[in-house]
Amino acid sequence: MLSAVLAATVALALAWSVVTMPHEPGGLTRRVDDRLADAGASHPVTAVLLDFRAYDTWLEVGVLLLAVLAVLAIARLADARATDNDERRHAFISDVAGVGVPLLVLIAGLLLWLGSHAPGGAFQAGAVLAAAGIVVWLNGRRSVVALHRPLLQLAVGLGFIAFLVAGVLALVAGRALLDYPPNLAADLIIIVELGVALSVGAALALLFVVGRPR
Amino acid sequence: MSEFTVYALVSAVIFGLTLHGLIVRAHLLVKVIALNMMGSSVFLFLVAVAARNADAQPDPVPQAMVLTGIVVAVSATALGLALIRRLHADGGHERLPDNNADGQ
Repeated sequence: MLSAVLAATVALALAWSVVTMPHEPGGLTRRVDDRLADAGASHPVTAVLLDFRAYDTWLEVGVLLLAVLAVLAIARLADARATDNDERRHAFISDVAGVGVPLLVLIAGLLLWLGSHAPGGAFQAGAVLAAAGIVVWLNGRRSVVALHRPLLQLAVGLGFIAFLVAGVLALVAGRALLDYPPNLAADLIIIVELGVALSVGAALALLFVVGRPR
Repeated sequence: MSEFTVYALVSAVIFGLTLHGLIVRAHLLVKVIALNMMGSSVFLFLVAVAARNADAQPDPVPQAMVLTGIVVAVSATALGLALIRRLHADGGHERLPDNNADGQ
């Protein structure tokens, strides 16, 4: 009863505040557009994610890394021992995986490339990569994930490391941390995006594999 | 009532409902789902804010914040589910102890 009253009060307060919220026409759209030429990406969302608010994205990749470390620590790793499981192989799934996995990797690369000037980007590419990894796992080819476990764990950290390197490069060039020099911004952003995409893909696949149902 | 107001009110209602579920339900899986939906209500609000200026293109800053939020929500959910599985493996239960009978 008490919690119902509390929840209703919170909902009413939220409703009141969003309805009476002052409306600034255009929001930050114009300010982003004005500085888009200085950013290393021509798509406004990518420019915000990887240039204007790069700190935010960096720490978010850090959150992902922490979550993977915590799940690896909590989950019973003995359970997650990965060997090829031929019982799990199924002719149909094998066929789908044979065509689908290379296609998914291609699509991930396309999304990554599109991100600089169109909708797409590192997170979408990473999600597609993770899907490819999960298809491989479901197909029973568990050793693919198991053999390269240290490699996968390195990949999870890659996004964080890429941001760190790009940020420090900006420092070395005499600018603020993560304030990319304009002539290098586009290249640095592509490198960071590649790192983040691999990171997101590896992290999501690992989270699935470690926490999978028996 | 503008389109923005509808989306914003719906997000406030979902937030309230999920807050209620988060407090009342003892099953931890339900709590994780409630927390997830609570996050989704915030994403709904942010996307509505981004689309508020109908004349121009949507505001990229709230959209980028949603993109960031989704990844954080996924990792938090995975961590929550891993904790529940471990709790289940160790103690065979996945609910909080129910101290008062009228809790449901």
